[in-house]
Amino acid sequence: MNRIEEKLKQLKKENKKALILYLTAGYPSLAATEKLVPELERAGADIIELGVPFSDPVADGVTIQRTSAAALASGTNLTKIFRTVSRIRKKSRVPIILMGYYNPILSYGLDRFVADCKKKEVDGIICADLPPDEAQELLRLTRKAEIGLIFLLAPTSTPERIKLVTKASCPFIYYVSVTGVTGVRKSLPKDIRAKITQIRRYTKKPVCLGFGVSNASQAKEVLPFVDGVIVGSALLDCIEKAGRNYLDAAKKFTASLAAVTPHPSLSPTGRG
Amino acid sequence: MRKGLRKNKGYFGKFGGRFVPETLVPALSEVEEAYRTIGRSREFKARLNDLLANYAGRPTPLYHAQNISNRLNFKLYLKREDLLHSGAHKINNTLGQALLAKMMGKTRVIAETGAGQHGVATAIACALLNLKCAIFMGKVDVERQKSNVYRMRLCGAEVIPVESGSQTLKDAINEALRDWVTNVRSTYYLFGTAAGPHPFPTIVRDFQSVIGQESRKQILKAEKRLPDTLVACVGGGSNSIGLFYPFLRDKVKFIGVEAAGMGISSGKHAAALGAGRPGVLHGTYSYLLQDKDGQIKIAHSVAAGLDYPGVGPEHSFYKENRRAKYVSVTDKEALAAFHLLSEVEGIIPALESSHSLAYLLKSKKEFAGQMVIMCLSGRGDKDLEEVLRVENE
Repeated sequence: MNRIEEKLKQLKKENKKALILYLTAGYPSLAATEKLVPELERAGADIIELGVPFSDPVADGVTIQRTSAAALASGTNLTKIFRTVSRIRKKSRVPIILMGYYNPILSYGLDRFVADCKKKEVDGIICADLPPDEAQELLRLTRKAEIGLIFLLAPTSTPERIKLVTKASCPFIYYVSVTGVTGVRKSLPKDIRAKITQIRRYTKKPVCLGFGVSNASQAKEVLPFVDGVIVGSALLDCIEKAGRNYLDAAKKFTASLAAVTPHPSLSPTGRG
Repeated sequence: MRKGLRKNKGYFGKFGGRFVPETLVPALSEVEEAYRTIGRSREFKARLNDLLANYAGRPTPLYHAQNISNRLNFKLYLKREDLLHSGAHKINNTLGQALLAKMMGKTRVIAETGAGQHGVATAIACALLNLKCAIFMGKVDVERQKSNVYRMRLCGAEVIPVESGSQTLKDAINEALRDWVTNVRSTYYLFGTAAGPHPFPTIVRDFQSVIGQESRKQILKAEKRLPDTLVACVGGGSNSIGLFYPFLRDKVKFIGVEAAGMGISSGKHAAALGAGRPGVLHGTYSYLLQDKDGQIKIAHSVAAGLDYPGVGPEHSFYKENRRAKYVSVTDKEALAAFHLLSEVEGIIPALESSHSLAYLLKSKKEFAGQMVIMCLSGRGDKDLEEVLRVENE
């Protein structure tokens, strides 16, 4: 079984929600990424998304634009990210998802990319600008390699889209909580619960929510309806602000989020 | 004419598609559907034709440029898009799409602009149709194109300087896409060239095809035969695809001229078809300028309208199936052509269009004895400051 799937199943059994953290690979440096991943796992992260930086990140807000540009400026690319994942694997078995945009992957070569994901023990792929309609080849390759290919749903998604995405997405569905780009928000939209309920009508797969979740109280607000939360920009902001103390700051921030993930589920099977 | 929309989800051969965040997929489907229904309605067509004729000034002349023909040793016709209201072909597309947005019930229109031509044409169309309008423009461009910024503001548009990335056209598109993702329910994204995610390449081509349709009628009337060759400049590729498309099934050669900037070997150019390789940018799979890691490179051209690292997917298709030939000329060659047309015909061409003429001058032997139509896509008034600046350097 795929490590992400395994993790989500295990958490469900423990009546916990998944804490998924996003880091831009190569920010503030690849050496930092290598240190951060095992430490964040220890602090309570269940799954790590490593952002593959791209020059034109249209789905990202200012924080990830900035961290991506910095990572690119210091020479981060897929080859080096895979090397970093190899090093991380010596210390940690945490499920790792590579998240990015299509062109760097396409340029690397889809076959080679999936083969290297397999070889370096990357467990999943998220491609922000690749809807399932355009992903036939990557779907075929990832399925064969038993690597997750996770697709996104949004508040604007129609029943037709929900049907398509829930079918293609594996092992979980990434629900984008806001109509907008990644980044910290003061408050989350009110329609989240209704939309997640709608999505659940089409699938039994776990649904994790990202975009805009920036602290424990916001996570707590949405956790009853979802199987996990994804936090990125707020973590990166925290790392950026902390400067040289980034590791401690990131651990503390992770722990604050991890404290709310054993959230009683509203589903009838939950113990809450 | 619209079969591109039904066939293969907006693919031209292997190029095109819809590579966008999921949030935008329903919005693009909505535009596609509106274009298929409203865009085909009698009411829409009647209103658009009225605007094109009585507001924008269509049809534009097809002018036999005798003086320059004598120098070239072949017969050159200029399709005078420079005579349109706003001074360039861009308004063919903005009137069409703004009218579509209006009839879809959208209240706000956003657009990207490089030098400001598409921004001005969008602002004009939105002023006319009483639509709220926001234009994204790279901060670098805002500073170097002050008069166009003022034009847009005069027409009631909000100009939003983009400070991310390279602060030029490609970043303006990124920021417009981010705005669209955020305000997708009320907002129409009026894309300026025949690129971007499906259905934009098809919609923009169709609205620009009026250039080729008129040219075809006009040349048949004047010469009783079709031309041998069509020539147009290619940035994103909207004026060229508009000229070419109605001649697609004819025995007429197509030549697209890209910007070689300071020379292809300098790396400072905008020749996506000539020196790029296929990839995905701004929602479409097409030729583009990128480094070995798939990061997008910054384009360069003296003509701001050609200064884009990508190109419309239909051009990539025509390159691969060899329906069209794509060539490039340098900034220097374009500037020389800019002067020549001004001197001998009294027509000051846009720097973009000057690229087409520069290729004809450079390769005139190739066309000996032929009849050629060149799209004079815009007038050069907007470029005077830039030309003065470049030539004083």
